[in-house]
Amino acid sequence: MIKKIITLFLFLILIPINSYALIEVDITRGNLDPLPIAVSPLSIDEKSRKSFEKVLKKKNIGEEISSIVENNLSTSGLFNPLSKDAFLQAPDIANLKPRFEDWNLIKAQALITGKVNYVDDKLRVEFRLWDVLAAKEMMALAFTTVPSNWRRVGHIISDKVYERLTGEKGYFDTRIIYVAEEGPKTQRIKKLAIMDQDGFNNKFLTLGNELVLTPRFNPTSQMVTYLSYFKNLPRVYLLDIETGTQEVVGDFPGMTFAPRFSPDGKKIIMSFAKDGKSDIYTMDLENRIVDRITNHPSIDTSPSYSPDGKYITFNSDRSGYQQIYIMKSDGSDVKRISFGNGLYGTPVWSPRGDLIAFTKLHKGKFYIGVMRTDGKGERLLTENYYQEAPSWSPNGRVLIFYRETKTNDKGEGFTAKLWSIDLTGYNERQIKTPNDASDPSWSSLLSN
Amino acid sequence: MILSKIFKNTLIVLAACLVLSACATKKEIATDIKGSMQGDVYTGTDTVEYLAEGVPDRVFFATNESILTTASRETLRAQAAWMRKNSSINVVLEGHADERGTREYNLALGERRANAAKDYLMTYGVSSDRITVLSYGKERPVDSGSNPLSWSKNRRSVTVKAN
Repeated sequence: MIKKIITLFLFLILIPINSYALIEVDITRGNLDPLPIAVSPLSIDEKSRKSFEKVLKKKNIGEEISSIVENNLSTSGLFNPLSKDAFLQAPDIANLKPRFEDWNLIKAQALITGKVNYVDDKLRVEFRLWDVLAAKEMMALAFTTVPSNWRRVGHIISDKVYERLTGEKGYFDTRIIYVAEEGPKTQRIKKLAIMDQDGFNNKFLTLGNELVLTPRFNPTSQMVTYLSYFKNLPRVYLLDIETGTQEVVGDFPGMTFAPRFSPDGKKIIMSFAKDGKSDIYTMDLENRIVDRITNHPSIDTSPSYSPDGKYITFNSDRSGYQQIYIMKSDGSDVKRISFGNGLYGTPVWSPRGDLIAFTKLHKGKFYIGVMRTDGKGERLLTENYYQEAPSWSPNGRVLIFYRETKTNDKGEGFTAKLWSIDLTGYNERQIKTPNDASDPSWSSLLSN
Repeated sequence: MILSKIFKNTLIVLAACLVLSACATKKEIATDIKGSMQGDVYTGTDTVEYLAEGVPDRVFFATNESILTTASRETLRAQAAWMRKNSSINVVLEGHADERGTREYNLALGERRANAAKDYLMTYGVSSDRITVLSYGKERPVDSGSNPLSWSKNRRSVTVKAN
């Protein structure tokens, strides 16, 4: 604590005018010392409050939006939102000019204030971020949107605050596409489902008539690619989430699976299995030209591009067992990078480019881990009886994956749920879903 | 401390045995596992169905393997003979994996297993255009248990009549 104050003090002497990074949150360390932050409810006048109540059926939309922000900051593990019971200043006055001594008293280091108005059938929000110790405004933003976007407003505020305090883009205004599951294991019913990153606005996209697996977002649009067993022909499909249109893209005589988009969103990379061997192919979505990338009698699957599109990481058993490889995007220079004990699968390249996340199987346990792109620096983040399929948050700081746990000690029954964990290995959390869930994929930021 | 813990554990074991009436149930399961697996390949019959008399519908595999065992080859020769005799019948070979693997790799593994069966049927005179391969990976286990015996039943290629 003393050290922190001294650092801030020095900072102020060095750059007294530039208010950049008065408070800094170190996201590389884990959640040992989350920053105490006060999220004052967005203030709202009575007329606006009534209008929103009519349109959105929410009593106080200002409080609702603030609690979204609070929840986001808290689940990030980097912030500790303080209890509102201790707040001394009313929201409307705080937004004009906070009495910093009051906020200091309850040990808040940062403060968010704001107000929300109903203007011409639209929702207008303004918010400010304050450095309590330095008694300074760090950021002030305003924007207008349709009222039905109110949850997104909370996510955008969270992203702006996260970015201002950590120096990195946030990941709150995002969605997760996943597979909702129900029924006995031998006849599992699976549907595509989508929800906001915090588990709200859950929506099913398919009816469950056919088996669907491994949906993945296009990093540049609201398109999804996935595997469907429609008419008992396992093929790669494209789905436009906005329009609901579906089309088959991997209609080859065999099975196409394990699809992912290229970083520019223009190609799909996938496996094509025929005659007992699986190889990696790409399809250009504009001209439908198919390129063969690997040609090996082994199983080559789970391909994932590097963010610059120059390399591909993939899973192959050409050494005898499942291991992780990288190659140039034209298929040349194939190199094995996993050499630890056990089997390695589902490699996924980080959007930051420096790491590859994977699933590891060793001595009857499943691990989610990361390694550098040369295979060195392996770190296992979490161990369990069964879990797999990590997907990166768009800022490369959090992984979402799924885990099956037994419902009782005898190992009977099971439940599948989505979990997230920080790259630091801290802050493991279950993400609530109405059904069982698997195969999560994280979207890019919807706004910037 | 340690002694009392051991004592406590002994009591629990004793109590468990009493409940299971002299451990009879436990013993039965143990012999069942032993009698139903060779290495870790399932050799039992309780999930097997028959395409015709003496023609079992499925073959089983070792973990991560797609090699046909002696018993599997015998089953497939019976299937090939039955298909040669019934030339109008087409089949789908459904390849499966157990739950102890990643989803996408298991899809490929199921495809490889079904193709191992397909290749063998072809060497015994069945034309390839009568055979379709379909992999389910680990999506359609026949036994929902999470133990070596259940997994061995699930590592399979099943020959299903298509018409």
